[in-house]
Amino acid sequence: MDLRFSSSEDAFRAEVRAWMDGNVPASPLPSGDTAEGFAAHLDWERQLFDAGWAAVSWPEEYGGRGATLWKWLIFEEEYWRAGAPNRVNQNGLFLLAPSIFAFGTDEQKARFLPKIAASEYLFCQGWSEPNAGSDLAGITSRAVRDDAAGGWRLTGQKTWTTRGAFCNWLFGLFRTDPDQERHRGLSYFLVPLDGEGVTVRPVGRLDGDDGFAEVFLEDVVVTDDLVLGEVDQGWRVAMSTTSSERGLSLRSPGRFMAAATQLTALYREQRDAVEAGLLDPGLRDAVVRAWMDADAYRLHTFRTVTRMTDGEELGAEASFMKLFWSELDVSLHETALGLLGPEAELDVDGWMKGYQFSLAGPIYAGTNEIQRNVVAERVLGLPR
Amino acid sequence: MRFAPTDDQIALADAVSDLLMRECPPDAVRGAWETPDGRVPGLWDRLVEMGVVGICAAEEHGGLGLSMLDLVGVLVETGRAAAPEPVVDVAAVAVPLLDDVGGELAGTWVPSLVSGEASAAVGLERGVGAGNAVVENAAAADVLLLGATGVSGDAEVHLVEAEAVTTTDRASVDGSRRLAEVDWEPTSATRIAGREALGVARDRGNVATAAVLVGLGAAMLERTVEYAKEREQFGKPIGSFQAVKHHLATAALGLEYARPVVDRGAYTLVYGGDTRRDSSIAMAYAAEAAHLAGRTALQVHGAIGYTVEYDLHLWMKRVWALESAWGDAAFHREQVARRVLDSSPGAQDWTDKEHA
Ligand SMILES: Cc1cc2nc3c(=O)[nH]c(=O)nc-3n(C[C@H](O)[C@H](O)[C@H](O)COP(=O)(O)OP(=O)(O)OC[C@H]3O[C@@H](n4cnc5c(N)ncnc54)[C@H](O)[C@@H]3O)c2cc1C
Repeated sequence: MDLRFSSSEDAFRAEVRAWMDGNVPASPLPSGDTAEGFAAHLDWERQLFDAGWAAVSWPEEYGGRGATLWKWLIFEEEYWRAGAPNRVNQNGLFLLAPSIFAFGTDEQKARFLPKIAASEYLFCQGWSEPNAGSDLAGITSRAVRDDAAGGWRLTGQKTWTTRGAFCNWLFGLFRTDPDQERHRGLSYFLVPLDGEGVTVRPVGRLDGDDGFAEVFLEDVVVTDDLVLGEVDQGWRVAMSTTSSERGLSLRSPGRFMAAATQLTALYREQRDAVEAGLLDPGLRDAVVRAWMDADAYRLHTFRTVTRMTDGEELGAEASFMKLFWSELDVSLHETALGLLGPEAELDVDGWMKGYQFSLAGPIYAGTNEIQRNVVAERVLGLPR
Repeated sequence: MRFAPTDDQIALADAVSDLLMRECPPDAVRGAWETPDGRVPGLWDRLVEMGVVGICAAEEHGGLGLSMLDLVGVLVETGRAAAPEPVVDVAAVAVPLLDDVGGELAGTWVPSLVSGEASAAVGLERGVGAGNAVVENAAAADVLLLGATGVSGDAEVHLVEAEAVTTTDRASVDGSRRLAEVDWEPTSATRIAGREALGVARDRGNVATAAVLVGLGAAMLERTVEYAKEREQFGKPIGSFQAVKHHLATAALGLEYARPVVDRGAYTLVYGGDTRRDSSIAMAYAAEAAHLAGRTALQVHGAIGYTVEYDLHLWMKRVWALESAWGDAAFHREQVARRVLDSSPGAQDWTDKEHA
């Protein structure tokens, strides 16, 4: 057991830290879930790309640095520590890209990965439909074969599509074989949103931003080279994408460590009020719990990355990670609001907005009820 | 960076697990409630033979010269089996403490503890409120290591031999724990180490007990999962009901995150760092995870789990004893709070710590 980073990893950390110190915007950007804020965040994404930080773990030929998972974790720690902006291109970078690496053709890799890294292709995620949320295999959007067009005609509706109103591509599942049922006969498509037949309508989220969208598709022609993985085998590809979303690549520990550090700072500011009984005395314990949870999440991730480095696959255990980070994030923010007391509603330092976002964590990426089902059935082996 | 036990460490834990499956089945644990010393006859000798007691002891004293990192996986297995043996007190606390003190004391006691000739009891935690410390195995021990406020007014470790103490038995909820109040006088002659050594000894006790708790919790979870697959109601296994699944998934989640912090606690003890902080984190997680596993196990078993004929209570009661024997989870979180919240800003910054 060795919990030290190597000198090359330390040097990498120092390099990231120095760059972040010199480049992270001094004041927070407007929310990336608004049109104006999204544009500002894109400038930042491109600045990251120009400096080679957009996708550190990818091979250099696709715009990355070929960094190990350990270095990627370090990058993330430094990124969030520096208070850098949210990654508005995360769906492409962290969810779709791992699936392209695993299932894409060489042409698809060459075409998509560099453009995702450069934030030219901005992907949104098209799983959910009005009648298919947790039950993703129940989607009804369909793709009908059109040999003359050299591909498929897509029809249907996607919903809750994060930042769909600002993106130019969508990845999602469509039924290619109407005679098969449930997760058989689905295919994974990459769909340009500027095509004929696509209508996107922004939908205001709980926090008031247009972070959601509805995407309507009416006979949208999509060529064969835009199917990821094999036709009718899209479920497998989709599961690899959702595994990234549950676990490591979307929610590295750095984000929660930074939030926990901010929480401890907030506690220090409010300590007198806590000790005087003006605020709930139990907040001290809640703060330390949140800090310890971030610490535990980090250690558990180290364990996971060790196993992955040894060649093991991250399977259903990703559901443990999703449960842990999403519940930690909610209680961390609830604790912050408690510390703010009557000022919580003023959204001091973005805590209220952060709280509203944290509340989505147990819902998206597969609800926590679904994750508990997965743990029970696939980790513990309980009967369905 | 490599956060996993070595192959040797895994092999050692597996060997102990095999031994305990043979020599310490649930019936043996149950039997220990009735034996005079609360132990499984002959089991300590087997552990001695395997070298478990001397894992952390210096080779010159008959030990293996290994460390807490080698012992931690073994302790998880002793917890899993609910082995009613003083592995924490002797192997994880007394032996390394005496080895640290060194000199004649170590030369006398460590070899005899490691070879099983002598027995030790450890009472480093003050009880809450007035009265004497309540110490496990105090009446049977040849030597006692006790924490006390000495003549200097500072916390110290004292070593007293059996003749110098009077013990009064106290019953534990866990019938295999032989507890006694210890009446004794600290003197300058009994003092063997100061505050710092006392602290390290407690930190070792915390990490070791946390490892045992993780094992106890894991065993209850595993057993309950098996039960839920077999027991049928409404024509199907109860494990197919979602309420039951979610209880079990939540218990599994707690244990999944407790193990890494326990291992890190051991790592910090061996390689340095804030041992009090990391051992307290280990204990806080393990205590809560094991407690929840017990609650869950009982609920999922229903009335059968509420009997003394069924084995579950043996594990559950051990958890109830150990989850607060070295300070409860809230106490340990407060230890962490003092370091993370009350010390200078930056002390809680993970990344700087590793830079240094
Ligand atoms: C902030 C946010 C961003 C999102 N972004 C995207 C996106 O970019 N792309 C996209 O495709 N989707 C997105 N979603 C949608 C998300 O994937 C779904 O909300 C989620 O899968 C749940 O589906 P649902 O909302 O239809 O709820 P439902 O599936 O209707 O569930 C409602 C409730 O019933 C429970 N439930 C359902 N089935 C079961 C079951 N089998 N066992 C136990 N309980 C059950 C659920 O846990 C939940 O509590 C986003 C959601 C949020 C909140």
